[in-house]
Amino acid sequence: MKQNIKFVQGNEACVEGALYAGLDFFAGYPITPSTEIMEHLSERLPIKKGKFIQMEDEIASMCAIIGASLTGKKVMTATSGPGFSLKQEALGYAIMAEIPCVVVNVQRGGPSTGNPTHVSQGDVNQARWGTHGDHAIVAMTASTIQDIFEVTIQAFNIAETYRTPVILLFDEIIGHMREKLILPEPGKIPLVERLRTSVKSGIDYHPYLQREDGRLPMSDFGEQHRYNVTGLFHDMWGFPSTKPKIVHGLLRHLNDKITNYAETKPICMYKEFYLEGAEIILISYGSSARSVLHTVKNRQAAGEKIGFIELQTLWPFPYNIIKKKCANARHVIVVEMNMGQMIRAVKNAVEDPKKVFLINRIDGLLITVSDIRNILRMLQGKGV
Amino acid sequence: MAFKDYIRERFFPHIWCPGCGHGMVLKGMLKAVEKLGINKSNIVMVSGIGCSSRITGYVDSHTLHTIHGRALAFATGVKLSRPELCLIVPMGDGDALAIGGNHFIHACRRNINMTAIIMNNQIYGMTGGQYSPLSGVGKYASTAPYSTIENKFDIAKLAEASGASFVARTTTYHMREMIDTLCMAIKHKGFSVVEIFSQCPTYFGRKNKLKTPADMLNYFKNNTAKIGSEAKKKNPELIERGVFINKKMPEYCEEYDKIIKKANNTLTNTEV
Amino acid sequence: MERCRIIFSGSGGQGVITASFILAEAAVIFDNLEAVQSQSYGPEARGGATRSDVIISEEKINFPKVIQPNILISLNQEAYNEFAPIIRPGGILISDSHFVKIKRHIDAIQKSFPMFETVMADIKNPIVFNICMLGVLIELTKVVKKESVIKTLEKNIPKKFIDINKRALFLGIKLAKK
Repeated sequence: MKQNIKFVQGNEACVEGALYAGLDFFAGYPITPSTEIMEHLSERLPIKKGKFIQMEDEIASMCAIIGASLTGKKVMTATSGPGFSLKQEALGYAIMAEIPCVVVNVQRGGPSTGNPTHVSQGDVNQARWGTHGDHAIVAMTASTIQDIFEVTIQAFNIAETYRTPVILLFDEIIGHMREKLILPEPGKIPLVERLRTSVKSGIDYHPYLQREDGRLPMSDFGEQHRYNVTGLFHDMWGFPSTKPKIVHGLLRHLNDKITNYAETKPICMYKEFYLEGAEIILISYGSSARSVLHTVKNRQAAGEKIGFIELQTLWPFPYNIIKKKCANARHVIVVEMNMGQMIRAVKNAVEDPKKVFLINRIDGLLITVSDIRNILRMLQGKGV
Repeated sequence: MAFKDYIRERFFPHIWCPGCGHGMVLKGMLKAVEKLGINKSNIVMVSGIGCSSRITGYVDSHTLHTIHGRALAFATGVKLSRPELCLIVPMGDGDALAIGGNHFIHACRRNINMTAIIMNNQIYGMTGGQYSPLSGVGKYASTAPYSTIENKFDIAKLAEASGASFVARTTTYHMREMIDTLCMAIKHKGFSVVEIFSQCPTYFGRKNKLKTPADMLNYFKNNTAKIGSEAKKKNPELIERGVFINKKMPEYCEEYDKIIKKANNTLTNTEV
Repeated sequence: MERCRIIFSGSGGQGVITASFILAEAAVIFDNLEAVQSQSYGPEARGGATRSDVIISEEKINFPKVIQPNILISLNQEAYNEFAPIIRPGGILISDSHFVKIKRHIDAIQKSFPMFETVMADIKNPIVFNICMLGVLIELTKVVKKESVIKTLEKNIPKKFIDINKRALFLGIKLAKK
């Protein structure tokens, strides 16, 4: 037996990825279908002298990780639909104060308590627009256990690089499914450590004064530089300000620091299959991408020109890349398990939105190969 | 270090109204920290939202001005990841006990080593004088034009029942007592709660026949008494001041260290 | 090897899910195969109908659910009634003779074994009923090597229970050989 091969659930793969990335602090609250993440971390974190705490509610979990992040720790929380709703205000705080953190949402059926034990991809737009105010956000997903591991590591890297919360938008199927996970040797996947200030003690440190490259080196709470952190618009000292110039500059910075990198690595992650000469291009993500890949492989074997783009980064959406890749396709079909959320971004991206169609399933079951096949046949004029 | 060295003069003048009690709490708190001689780089002050929460910005420590009601949850994250730091969490009464009530009782229950200061002015000041869970029946507020019908919390009893290991009450009128109480609370190992009556002449006073700051301070003077004092015995209506609870109990971060040891021992055992 | 699509079904507490992922884990870690395991969840921790899907293949598996199993295991009547109609024609349907009364009109190779009774007579502990079933399954289908299942049991099960689990596995293998 090889020591580095595991057979685990997606939620466990997320734990492995977080620990590989250097997670030191986790706060959470039990909720289906993400609870396995906190259960495993309650066992694993104390072993590496990390901190685990089960908080009194979802809001408190989000707040606690932000507090811990300020002391220089890599932090994460995990939740599902209703808990993700509760975390939104504190998520906005992390965006405004530019505090690195990773928030996992293993999606279930909603709205409200919804369908806790069944799959849905209904929180895609919430991940984008859940907290109030104009903001940019990074939200990523995965369709295999190996990808969950890798995308989780990337989430930590992006959070640290861009000083932003990163949302991992998994779903019930992929969270609970077991599959092979190959754990790479430590150091094989590069890790990003926090950029800390080089300003010496006794010299003024401006926590929110950007370097020329737009980055803000941090200083850990408890170290020599003492500064203010607030959710109000703030100046370079981190002190509240309502000066129009400061408000404008900060809001622009919060958006630009993410959206300017929307189409480049490491923020932009996607996979593509059989796009060359594809007449129909399917776009999907998360567990529904597995059904799509299955279908596309079958159709390719039957000689049909059908391609597939699997989105791993959902937000920021790579509009130009999608536009270019879909330019020659007769139809673009978005496959997702909601009433049509990602499809809005795809319609905005392509030249002719009328060629974009939705294949969805919203009953709590994984969309099947025949669900997709039936619609494809209709588009091909073959009838279901 | 002189207490003035704990202040960020750059950010003055402060936002509080003339006569507000919060500046007095700021002074009392810094005097306590000065007395205890705590290095300002070892202090983390965490606050929520409201007039009270602006107190952190004026202090030259690590300061975290968070969202409404959640200061203790943020502070828990800071403390658990850096237990050697001194955590002080000043909050308003609505901040700590209405929107933040759940975090308050659970922080008490965990007995995590930090000091919660509740600046109780019995009103929401920043939003313009709405009644709070500490206003009490019969008080007037901008959302209680015909007077309130809601009972108020007894913060000391709530904290005690929730498991806080140090609980005290004082007022801005009793400055020396406030400083001494805060010294005890900050030194205490465990979750300490200090309720400080703080005057809001602008909203609470104006609407409740205590128009000037002096009226309000006199009100604190005349309507409170030390725990177990003769005055209290004579007039049971008086609100008690002093230390209600001061006991040694297992502290959260220390208990967590034991969990780390336990986890690593279990690991060695299974490997054998 | 042909792609193997298995549905394990029974009632909560029978160990159906544990058995399913032990098989899938054995395939992945010791037999160098691809496998996915997924299950349907309900609100009950005990009782209720349980279903676990396992696909084992030499190639990468995309769609993780089983639509039409070529192997179906049903450990109670409710599960048998629900899932027997979806078995692939000519597939193998394994059931327990104590819990399941077989119907004749199912187009499958039906194999009914006294797994529960054998475990109770020999080991006197229903906790390893699921592992006995696993013994039957691997003997009949050869989908995963016996040694791989034993190694997986050793990896996942507390030491003091290993012996009865191995005994149950061999009881199952013996039943299937008959």
